[in-house]
Amino acid sequence: MKFFAFLVSLMVTSLPAMASDVVKGQSYADSWQLNLMSPASPMKAEIVDFHNLLLVIITAIVIIVTALLIYACIKFRRKKDVEPASFAHNTLIEIIWTIVPVIILIIIAIPSFKLLYFEDRIPEPELTIKTTGYQWYWGYEYMDYDGLEFLAYPLAEDQIDESKGQRRLLSTDAPVVVPVGTNIQLLVTAADVLHAFALPAAGVKKDAIPGRLNETWMRIDKPGTYYGQCSEICGTGHAYMPIEIKAVPRAEFDAWVRQQGGTLKENNSITTIPDSAANKQANPKVDVDNIANPGR
Amino acid sequence: MADQQPGFFTRWFCSTNHKDIGTLYILFSIFAGILGGAFSMYMRLELQDPGVQFMTNEDGSPNGQMWNVFITAHGLIMVFFVVMPGLIGGFGNWFVPLMIGAPDMAFPRLNNISFWLLVPAFLLLCGSVFVDVGAGTGWTIYPPLSDTLGHPGMSVDMAIFALHLAGASSILGAANFITTIFNMRAPGMTLHKMPLFIWAMLVTSFLLVLAVPVLGGAITMLLTDRNFGTSFFNPEGGGDPLLFQHLFWFFGHPEVYIMILPAFGIVSHIISTFSRKPIFGYLGMAYAMVAIGFVGFIVWAHHMYTTGLSVNTLAYFTAATLIIAVPTGIKIFSWIATMWGGSIEFKTPMLWAIGFIFLFTVGGVTGVVLANAGMDVVLHDTYYVVAHFHYVLSLGAVFILFAGWYYWIGKMTGRMYPEFLGKVHFWMTFIGVNLTFFPQHFLGLAGMPRRYIDYPAPLLSDVMGIDNPTWWQRTEYMGRETWMQFHAWMTGETYESAITWGYHGWNFISSMGAYLAGGSVILFIVIVFWTLFFGRKASDNYWNVPKNIMTLEWTVSSPPPFHQFDIQPKVK
Repeated sequence: MKFFAFLVSLMVTSLPAMASDVVKGQSYADSWQLNLMSPASPMKAEIVDFHNLLLVIITAIVIIVTALLIYACIKFRRKKDVEPASFAHNTLIEIIWTIVPVIILIIIAIPSFKLLYFEDRIPEPELTIKTTGYQWYWGYEYMDYDGLEFLAYPLAEDQIDESKGQRRLLSTDAPVVVPVGTNIQLLVTAADVLHAFALPAAGVKKDAIPGRLNETWMRIDKPGTYYGQCSEICGTGHAYMPIEIKAVPRAEFDAWVRQQGGTLKENNSITTIPDSAANKQANPKVDVDNIANPGR
Repeated sequence: MADQQPGFFTRWFCSTNHKDIGTLYILFSIFAGILGGAFSMYMRLELQDPGVQFMTNEDGSPNGQMWNVFITAHGLIMVFFVVMPGLIGGFGNWFVPLMIGAPDMAFPRLNNISFWLLVPAFLLLCGSVFVDVGAGTGWTIYPPLSDTLGHPGMSVDMAIFALHLAGASSILGAANFITTIFNMRAPGMTLHKMPLFIWAMLVTSFLLVLAVPVLGGAITMLLTDRNFGTSFFNPEGGGDPLLFQHLFWFFGHPEVYIMILPAFGIVSHIISTFSRKPIFGYLGMAYAMVAIGFVGFIVWAHHMYTTGLSVNTLAYFTAATLIIAVPTGIKIFSWIATMWGGSIEFKTPMLWAIGFIFLFTVGGVTGVVLANAGMDVVLHDTYYVVAHFHYVLSLGAVFILFAGWYYWIGKMTGRMYPEFLGKVHFWMTFIGVNLTFFPQHFLGLAGMPRRYIDYPAPLLSDVMGIDNPTWWQRTEYMGRETWMQFHAWMTGETYESAITWGYHGWNFISSMGAYLAGGSVILFIVIVFWTLFFGRKASDNYWNVPKNIMTLEWTVSSPPPFHQFDIQPKVK
C-alpha cells in the first residue's frame, strides 16, 4: 500500500506542469522534476495539454500489457497434470487487437495534427529576432532595429551569483530581452556547424543550419527569465552555449532598446506598439504598410 | 561419416563453417559489448554529479571533445559491433542453417569474409579515438561537424572507413542469408512453414541490402567532401547539410529495425518453448515483421522534426510513424496470447523474454509520444529520446542477446549454464537498466539535452561546502539526499533540500542503476566461463521442446556435429 501511496505522490508532484494556467512559466528544471516545464507561451501550453493526453494513454497501455503479462505468468505457470492448450488462432481477437490500436492512434493523431499546424502558423510578427549559432555562443540580431545586435557568451563558473538569479551553465553575459505578450518571429541559422536553438518553457526548438534560415515563433506571456541550451551536437563546447531570454513589459523593453542604442528601422515589422497585452488584443495589426513588408 | 576435425588455425581463422563463424561473431560481440559498456560506465560516472570530475584536460578544464568521442564510440560500437554481430552474425549464422535443415550457409567463403571484415572495421574505429582529436560527431556523423570544418584531422576518415567495412560485412552477410533461406530449406518447408526466426532474418537481410548501401553512399560523399574538395554537404559550395541527414536516416531508421527484428524472432521461439504452446497467430507475426520492415523505410524524417521541414511533410511522417505501432502491437499481444493457456516454465531465457516484452512496451509507447512532430519539439535531442531508444535497444535487443545466449548455449557448446546465476544475472540487469533509463524520461521531459558532458545543477562542492569532494563523499551525500527525498514522497512530508534546482537527482539515480547493470556484466562473464568449464552436459533437446512446436535445431546433437544433416530432414 505504501508503494501505491508513493506512486500517487509521484503523480501529484508532477501536477504543477499539468495545471498550466495558474503557475508562471518555468525558468529551469526543479530538482527531481518529473514532467514538462510549465509553459510560458501559448505554444508550450498546447504541448503540455497534448502531452497530458498522451501520458494517460501510454500509461494505460503499459498497465494493461503488464497486467496481462503478470496474469498470464501466474495463471498459466507450470503445474503438474495440467496439459497446455494448443490453440494458435482466434480471428476475432486478432481483429480486435488490430482495430483498437488504430482507433487509439486516431485519437492521438487528431490533436497531434492540430498542435502541429498551430505551431507552424506564425502569427503576424510584431518583432523579429534572428539568432545565429556559433561554436560556442549565440548571436542575436533584432531585425527591426538598427544597431541592435550582440553576441551572448555563457558566464564562467566564478561569475555566477545565484542570489541574482543566475544559474551555472545557463546564464549568459547578454540576456536576450523581449517584450511579453508579443508575437516574435524567430529566424534561426548557424555560421559554422549545426546547432539548435531551444527554449523549453516556450516550446521552441529549431535546428540552426548553415546555409539555411529556419523560422519559428514564440509569444512569452509571463514576465521572467527563461533558459535554453544548444540542442544539436556541435563540438567541444556543446554543453556550454546556453540561451537566456528575459521577458519584460513593453515599456521596459523599449527602455532597454534605447539603452542599447537601437533605433527603429523604417521597414520594421513592429505593427503596433501596444502598452499592454489587452491593448494588443483589442487592436491587432493595423499598419497596412508594414503588413506588406517585403522583408518578411 | 567421420566428423571433420580441422586444426586450431584452420578452424578459427580460415573457417567456412557456419557454426564456427557464428561462434566467432558471438565472441566478437561479447568483447565489443564489454568495451562499449565500459564507455557507458565512464560516461555515467561523469554524469553522476554536476561539474566535470573525470573527463578533464590537463589544466582541469572540461574536455568536451573527449566526451563527444565517448558518446560516438559507444553508439557506433553498440550498433555495429555488438547488436548486429551478436543477433545477425552470431545467432543468425548458427541457427538459420540448423532451423531450415541446411548443411551450411549458401556461400561459406563469403561468410568468412563477412566476419573478417568486421575485425579491421573495429580496429579502425578504435584507432580513430587515438588519432588527432578523435571522432566526436555522435554516431550520426552529421556534417559540417564531421566535415573538415569540425574535424580537420584523420579520425573521422578512419571512422568512415570503419563504417564502410562494417557495412560491406553486413551487405555480404545479408546476401548470404537471403540466398540460403530462399534456396536451402529442407523439402516441405514452405515459406509459410518457416520458423519465425527465419522470417525475421529474411526481413532483416532485405532491410540490410536496401539500407546499408545508402549509408555507404552518404559517407563516401562525406569522405570526398573532406578530402577531394566536393561539396555535397557544404553550403558554401552549394551543398546541403540536410541532404546528409536524409540519407543517413534513410539508412538509420531501417537500421533500428535491423537490430530489433532478429530479436522479435528469437522471443517468439523462447515464449513458445517455455509455454509449451505453438506461437499464436504465426502468419500475423510473420507479416507484422514484413510490415514493420516496409514501413521502416518511409518514416526516416521523424528523426529530423526540428530541421525545418515543411509542415505537411511533418504531418505525413507523423502519420506514417504512428502506424508502426499497429504491427508492433500485434506482436506484443500475440506473444501474450502464446503464453495464454500454456504451461509456463520460468527458466532464465524465458525471464529475459518476458522482461523484453515489458521493456519493449515501455520503449514502444514513448516512441508513440515522440512520433508526434508537434510534441517532439520539446523532446527532440533530450534525454527522453535517450531513454526511448535505450528501452527498445539496450533493454530490448540486448535483452534478447542474453536470452538467445541462455536459450541456445547448451546447443552451441554442449554445456548448460548455471540456472541460479543466470536468474541472478537477469534480475540484476533488469533492475539496473530500469534504474538507469526510467529516470531519463523525467530528465528529458524537464528539458535536459543529450550529448552533454555537464548539466545545470548546483555544484556539490558549493552545496556541501567542501572543495573537491571525493567520489565517496559525493555518493554518500547524494545517497542521503535521495533517501530523504523519497522518504518525504512516501510520507507526504516536505523536505527542504539544499539542492533546489537542476537535473542532479535523476542523474544520480541513473548512474547508480548503471553501476548495477555494469556489475551484472561482470557476473555474465563469470557465467560464460562457468558454463564453458563446469557446465553440465546438455542433451539434444534439453528444453524438452514438444514435437508439435519443435524446430530442427533440437533434432541434432548438442553441440551439433561439424557437418550436420548428413541425411536431409523432411518437413511435413
